[in-house]
Amino acid sequence: MADVALRKVVKRYDDVEAVRGIDLDIADHEFIVLVGPSGCGKSTTLRMIAGLEDISDGDIMIGGDIVNDVPPKDRDIAMVFQNYALYPHMTVAENMSFGLRLKHYPKAEIKARVTEAARLLDITDLIDRKPKQLSGGQRQRVAMGRAIVRNPKVFLFDEPLSNLDAKLRVQMRIEIKKVHQKVRTTTVYVTHDQVEAMTLADRVVVMNKGRIEQIGTPNELYHKPATRFVAGFIGSPAMNFIPCRLEDVGGTLQIRLTDRIAFPLPPARAARYNALPRTEKLLLGLRPEHLTESHAHFGPGVETFETVLDVTEPMGMETLVYFGLDGTPVCGRVDPNAGAKDGAPMRLAMDLNNMHLLNEETGVVL
Amino acid sequence: MADAVVEQGRPIGAAGTRKRTSLRNVLGRKSTVAFLLTLPLIILIALLVLYPAVYSIHLATLNKSMQKFVGFGNFTFLFKRDTFWMVVKQSCIFAITAVFFKALMGFIVAHFVHNIPAKGQRKWRGMLLVPWVIPPAMSTLAWLWLFDPSYSAFNYTLSFFHIGPINWLGDNLWARFSVILVNVWYGAPFFMIMYLAALKSVPDQLYEAAAIDGANWWQKIWFITLPMMRNIIAITTLFSLIVTFANFDIVRILTSGGPLDQTHIFATWAFKVGIEGSDIPLGASVSLFMVPILAVAAIFILRDVSKRGNEA
Repeated sequence: MADVALRKVVKRYDDVEAVRGIDLDIADHEFIVLVGPSGCGKSTTLRMIAGLEDISDGDIMIGGDIVNDVPPKDRDIAMVFQNYALYPHMTVAENMSFGLRLKHYPKAEIKARVTEAARLLDITDLIDRKPKQLSGGQRQRVAMGRAIVRNPKVFLFDEPLSNLDAKLRVQMRIEIKKVHQKVRTTTVYVTHDQVEAMTLADRVVVMNKGRIEQIGTPNELYHKPATRFVAGFIGSPAMNFIPCRLEDVGGTLQIRLTDRIAFPLPPARAARYNALPRTEKLLLGLRPEHLTESHAHFGPGVETFETVLDVTEPMGMETLVYFGLDGTPVCGRVDPNAGAKDGAPMRLAMDLNNMHLLNEETGVVL
Repeated sequence: MADAVVEQGRPIGAAGTRKRTSLRNVLGRKSTVAFLLTLPLIILIALLVLYPAVYSIHLATLNKSMQKFVGFGNFTFLFKRDTFWMVVKQSCIFAITAVFFKALMGFIVAHFVHNIPAKGQRKWRGMLLVPWVIPPAMSTLAWLWLFDPSYSAFNYTLSFFHIGPINWLGDNLWARFSVILVNVWYGAPFFMIMYLAALKSVPDQLYEAAAIDGANWWQKIWFITLPMMRNIIAITTLFSLIVTFANFDIVRILTSGGPLDQTHIFATWAFKVGIEGSDIPLGASVSLFMVPILAVAAIFILRDVSKRGNEA
C-alpha cells in the first residue's frame, strides 16, 4: 500500500488539453473519488495513474517514486474497468489468478489468495464458471476479485457500477465500501454519479473541464461548496441559484430576490456579507431542503413567502415542489402531507441560515 | 327436411374447408416458408455441386474408355503406383506448409497493420490485399519470369552476393519451395484481412487489463489475442487448407508438376492423367482422394470451433 501524488499533471491530445495541471495528494489507505461530468478529465487522470495514458507534463508518484515512465505492469496497481474487462476464455479462478500466474507465484499461494478473495466477495461457488455464465453483479465481483488477489499498492476503479441496474448499484456500492474497510488499500475511484462519490469517499475530488474545482470530505463539499459548479453538481435535486442583490434598509442588510420578495439576513450572514458592494450581481444558493412548507414555529433566519406551484413531484417520503421566482425555476422539498398541489398557491419557508451567496460572473461562493 | 339438408350439407362443406385449411396451414408454417425460400439455392447447389460430385464418383468406377464398370479398379491401380503416393505426400507437404506460413505471415502483417494509426491504415490494407485480388494465373506468370534461371531478377540480385544461379524451378527441392512461396504470397493477404477483422473485435480493455496484470507484449498475444482469435484462426485455416489442397493454377503454370512429377499435387496430377493422359476415370479417382483427407481435417477443426462457439 502506498500514497499517490499528482504534481501539475497535464494531458494534451493534439491541441486539446484534457487535463490541465492537476495537483492531488492521496494518503495511504485513503478512498478518493474523482467525480465530474463527462469529459471533465477524471477517467484520463485515472488512466494516467494506471499508466495506460502517457502524461504530457508534470509528475505522478506512487509510494514516493516518480512513475511517469514506468509501464502499468511495473506500477503495482490493480484496476477495475467499467465493462469489467474479464478474459472471456478463462474461468473465474483463471481470471483472478492471471496476474499472479504471470509473476510465477507458487501454485499453493495462488490458490490460497484466490480462495480468500472469492470468500471475501462471496463468489466461491462461481470459481469454475466462465464470465459469460455470470450476471452483471457477479462479473463486477470477479473484476474486484482480480484486483484484490494481487494485493497491489493502489486500487483504481473506472466507473465500475455504471453498467449495473439501480438496485444492484446500491448493493455493490456497499460491497465496495465493505471490501475497502477490510483490505484498506489506497483507492482512486472515478464516477459521474455524485451519490456514489458522496457515499464511498473519504475525500471527493470534483473535476470540471480538466481542472480540480474542489477537494474535500463529502460533508464539506455539500455544506461548503467553493464554486457554483460544485454547489450545483453535488446534491440531488441540485441547489437553486436565484439572482439577487443586497440592499440596506433601515440599518439592516437585506437580500432582494424579486420586486416583491426581500428578506433581512440573519445576523451571522449579514456580518459576513456586509463588505460586499451593493451593486454586485449575486446569486442566492439554496438547497431544496432549505425551502420547505411554512410552520408557525420557525427560529430566526427563516422567512416565509407566498408562491404558486407549477409542478409537484411526490416521492413518498417527501414531495418536491417546483415554482418560479421572476422566471428563475426553483425547487423546494416539502412534507408529503403539507398539501402541495400542481398549480395551487402555497406558503413556503426559506432557511437563510443555510444560504450561500455566489458571485454571478465568477461563480465563486462568497 | 330443411334440417336434414343442413345436416347433410355441413359435413361436406366442413371436409372441403378442412382440406383447404390444412394446405393453408402447411404453407403458413415457418419451416415450409423457409424451405421454399431456400429452394432456389438448394437446386443451384444440387446442379453445381452434387451432380458433378456424383458424376465424378460414377466416372471413377469406369475403365479408361469409359465403357466398362470396374468398381474400385482405378483405386487399386493407383495404390500400386509410387507416383500416386508421391503426389499424396507432396499435396500434404504443399498444403500444410503453405497454410502454416500463410497463417503466420497473415498474423504478423495483421498485427503491424492493426497498429498503424487509422488514417494510413486503409492505404496499407488495400496495398497488402493486391496479391490476393490479382488473378493467380497472371501473377504466377510474373513469378515464372522472376524464377527464370537465366534472366530472372532473383538470380541477378543474388549474383551480387555471389550466390547462385539457383535453378528455382528445375531443382527438385527449390521447385517445391518455389510453388509454396508463390502460394504463400498469394494467400497470406486473405489471412491478413481475416485476422485484422478478428484483432479489431478484441476489446482494447482486455489488453489494458492484461497490461495492468503484468503481461508483456508476447504474453498479451499468447494469453489474450490468440485465445480470442481461436475460432477465426480455425475456420480460416480450414478454408485455406481446402483451397490450397485443391490448388491448380500455381503449380500448373510454374512447374507443370515437374521436375519428374516432384511438384505435382492432386489437382495437377489429376489433370495430367485425366486430360493429358486421356484417362478421365483415373483422373476422377485421383481428385476424389482429396475428399477423405479434407473431411478428416474439417471434422477436427469444426468440432473444436463448435465446442468453443458459445464461450465469448
